Amino acid sequence: MSDDNDSEFEAETATLPLDGWHRGKGARMVEFAGYWMPVQYEGIVAEHLWTRAHAGLFDVSHMGQLEVSGEAAEAALEAVLPIDLSTLKPGRQRYSLLLDESGGVLDDLMVTNAAHRFYLVVNGATKWDDIAHLREHLPDEITLTHLEDDALLALQGPEAARALARLGLDPVNDGWPRVEEMVFMQAGPFSWNGVPLRVSRSGYTGEDGYEISVPAARVETLAEALCAQPEVQPIGLGARDSLRLEAGLPLYGHDLSREISPIEAGLTFGINKRRRGEGGFAGADRIQRELAEGTARKSVGLTLEGRLPAREGAEVYAGDAKVGRVTSGGFSPTLGHPIAMAIVDSAHSAEGTPLVVDVRGKRLSAAVAPMPFVPHNYFRGDR
Amino acid sequence: MPRYFTDEHEWIDVEGDTATVGITDYAQGQLGDIVFVELPRVGSEVARGKDAAVVESVKAASDVYAPITGEVTEANGALEDDPALVNSSPEDQGWFFKLTIANKSELDGLMDAAAYKSFCDSL
Repeated sequence: MSDDNDSEFEAETATLPLDGWHRGKGARMVEFAGYWMPVQYEGIVAEHLWTRAHAGLFDVSHMGQLEVSGEAAEAALEAVLPIDLSTLKPGRQRYSLLLDESGGVLDDLMVTNAAHRFYLVVNGATKWDDIAHLREHLPDEITLTHLEDDALLALQGPEAARALARLGLDPVNDGWPRVEEMVFMQAGPFSWNGVPLRVSRSGYTGEDGYEISVPAARVETLAEALCAQPEVQPIGLGARDSLRLEAGLPLYGHDLSREISPIEAGLTFGINKRRRGEGGFAGADRIQRELAEGTARKSVGLTLEGRLPAREGAEVYAGDAKVGRVTSGGFSPTLGHPIAMAIVDSAHSAEGTPLVVDVRGKRLSAAVAPMPFVPHNYFRGDR
Repeated sequence: MPRYFTDEHEWIDVEGDTATVGITDYAQGQLGDIVFVELPRVGSEVARGKDAAVVESVKAASDVYAPITGEVTEANGALEDDPALVNSSPEDQGWFFKLTIANKSELDGLMDAAAYKSFCDSL
């Protein structure tokens, strides 16, 4: 097929339910994952620092929301994900990975036990491939529903709980915690002025906060109500990326891909311990081998001297020898210097190892640093 | 002294054979928070339309092209310590570099302030 024919099938950039709301708030819109999305409102640094100090509202409706149901849904999902669902109680959420047969990462995702069904949130750029993969690999008697009529908001920051509590969401299930009582990775159905919401205490910034699924028809009302709280400002994709980088959270398609295994990426925790031993999931051979023998390369954090950021693709050296490449990088607004994630030869992956990053011929001094770069601030019920 | 503008959102102040080059307020607004500016070396030749500098914002790296050909005589050292000057004072203290103009005819066809303003309004 020629390129010309291909372009005929290229989908037009879609708009999110909040498109007009974003533009009304002065957002600069960019194309991302097939959608017009707000990259910034006031400015990336201001939005980033606001989220670390207060609470930021992110529109992440481009992400895929899926529901898996059916009598044998648990076993069917365990056949496609290296997860142990027998220990995932109703109202709890867990991080997992969609792997191909050779152990490459097709996507990373969140799985919630929504009582008699499982609720999945997958990346926006990969959702159509994920859906195709799941339809192919899940048995016919399992129902996979793409919740296309639901929008998704993230409210993130140390003041997120205070702001959300003020909206007065009611837990649908008797005896379930209120939003401010939920702990990290807890999730459940709520009702807000009659609007059904799915709320989880999780996110992608390293801060305390929530992800809130809401019918698209009501998302603007909810976004307005949240932004009416003095703690809350709308935050764009630009700050979402710099926040997640500081939090040491990988971005699919950059720090994680079919070419990088979860063990190389340091995501062993995304593969359940029992399943690691038993195998019986896609890519298990490679995962088990890498766990037993170690990997030739590893994902690491890098801190760079000076102010010049190293971006994805920049080559990493130990002396004159090339030992890896940057998978994502940028300037850390919180720390005031550049940071990066890189995949490097394991021999050079120990904390404190001095390395050099080449940016347009400039050799920048760097050192392997522990991640997260900025400490996580999750609410685990102990404060 | 006359100030010229390019459709790549640079400004050029001309004083005799010397030109001072920077990026416009519109450009800095598009780039966002600037964290680093890589300037050409003093003594190097820059050619019209070719890379002369790199601006790193939080978001991305962007090339800045030389609006005219010439030899670089000075780079703005203040940007090393405070790259955000490009955001706060793009058309004054946040200048990038000075050069000796090789060919004054290259200034023909550049925009004046009024033409540049209507160019930006049309974007």
